[in-house]
Amino acid sequence: MGLAKRIIPCMDVDAGRVVKGVKFVDIRDAGDPVEVARRYDMEGADELTFLDITASSDQRETMIHVVEQVAGEVFIPLTVGGGIREVADIQRMLNAGADKVGINTAAVFDPEFVKQAADRFGSQCIVVAIDAKRVSRNDEKPCWEIFTHGGRKPTGIDALEWAQRMVALGAGEILLTSMDRDGTRDGFDIALTRAISDAVSVPVIASGGVGTLDHLVEGIIDGKADAVLAASIFHFGEYSIGEAKRYMADRGIEVRL
Amino acid sequence: MTSIAIIDYGMGNLHSIAKALEHVASKERVIVSSQPAQILAADRVVFPGVGAIRDCMAELMRSGLNEVVLQAAATKPLLGVCLGMQALLNISEENQGTECLGIIPGKVVRFPEELQEGAEGSRLKIPHMGWNQVHQQCSHSMWTDIPAGSRFYFVHSYYAVPERVTDIAAVTPYGIDFASVLAHENIFAVQFHPEKSQHAGLQLLSNFVHWNGDI
Repeated sequence: MGLAKRIIPCMDVDAGRVVKGVKFVDIRDAGDPVEVARRYDMEGADELTFLDITASSDQRETMIHVVEQVAGEVFIPLTVGGGIREVADIQRMLNAGADKVGINTAAVFDPEFVKQAADRFGSQCIVVAIDAKRVSRNDEKPCWEIFTHGGRKPTGIDALEWAQRMVALGAGEILLTSMDRDGTRDGFDIALTRAISDAVSVPVIASGGVGTLDHLVEGIIDGKADAVLAASIFHFGEYSIGEAKRYMADRGIEVRL
Repeated sequence: MTSIAIIDYGMGNLHSIAKALEHVASKERVIVSSQPAQILAADRVVFPGVGAIRDCMAELMRSGLNEVVLQAAATKPLLGVCLGMQALLNISEENQGTECLGIIPGKVVRFPEELQEGAEGSRLKIPHMGWNQVHQQCSHSMWTDIPAGSRFYFVHSYYAVPERVTDIAAVTPYGIDFASVLAHENIFAVQFHPEKSQHAGLQLLSNFVHWNGDI
């Protein structure tokens, strides 16, 4: 017995509502973020992640209010990502009650930003989000590249090297999303998850592609992830967090029940 | 009305711990303060902290709040949290060796690299991050209504090694069994974050709000 593997529901928030799209189309409304957060906390979520996907900057304040409200009544770790570009953005989210921030595109534009953020606030609150896509052919040694802008823009950066560099600069955790699997419900990219988890000393959260409870189990056992993140299987009542945890526990995974 | 002061010495985010204390201490007055007089006027003191120990000690010295922690530790119920626990010992290995407050004899060391667990010897990640079990080593009023082996939320790379085994109030397994909670007279210090540990964490904070400093 020891450290539990974590289940983290992720809420994409657009203008104050939880939304979920499949491959960035067919966006469905999944409710009020404070109510959804409250439900996940009651079901036994180990942490909560909010991803602000609001396009317009004038709606950024909405996310602050959501975080403030959730932090006032839900006493588990909260991570907020999306639109974190400078130290002031991090400060604002921490002041609102977030415990960690997710940095994605800003790290690609300026890797030193990760160092600056970790030096200022501590590695424990800096999660670097990596969106990776397989660029090797099936008969080649697997190789993944970092993409930005929701998986549309290649950067030419190797995902493994990037993950190691982010940790060296101060990332305390890696949130790893497979852009090939995100929204497909086909399961995590296990080879990618395993490769990154083996390559870095810090915890890795697997993300992208969860459609069944077996996928969560695979992410932990085969992918060696420390935590698994999912959205749609929880949002629409298909499974509760509690069901997912019992399923994992029955398969020998240590969870917080 | 009894009051609880959270020491604000510029190290990190005190929002969460203040919110959690307000949640369990509705009748109590929770204050976040950097004023020595205000802190020492409170009945109970919380000594929090996140980040690196060198910065933590530097800020305590610069603000003079190190004296306030020493005085509080000598006179009233004191709850150290995370880095606030580590700072109570003599010295930390972090930042090439950092002298700490020396309130509880002992040192703070880093988890060894290549820490392993289980039959297959899988490598353990550092920081130790997530929900782990807290195995109580003694009876204590702070453990009221907290089941044995309850899970609390941790995030840290260093841990305390007290000189007196009697100061260890709980251990947690992570490759090794480390001292996750220290207790000495009116001092209770936890490596985990009670403010982020849901029911068990809120219960612990509630116990602190009602603790008179006796074991």
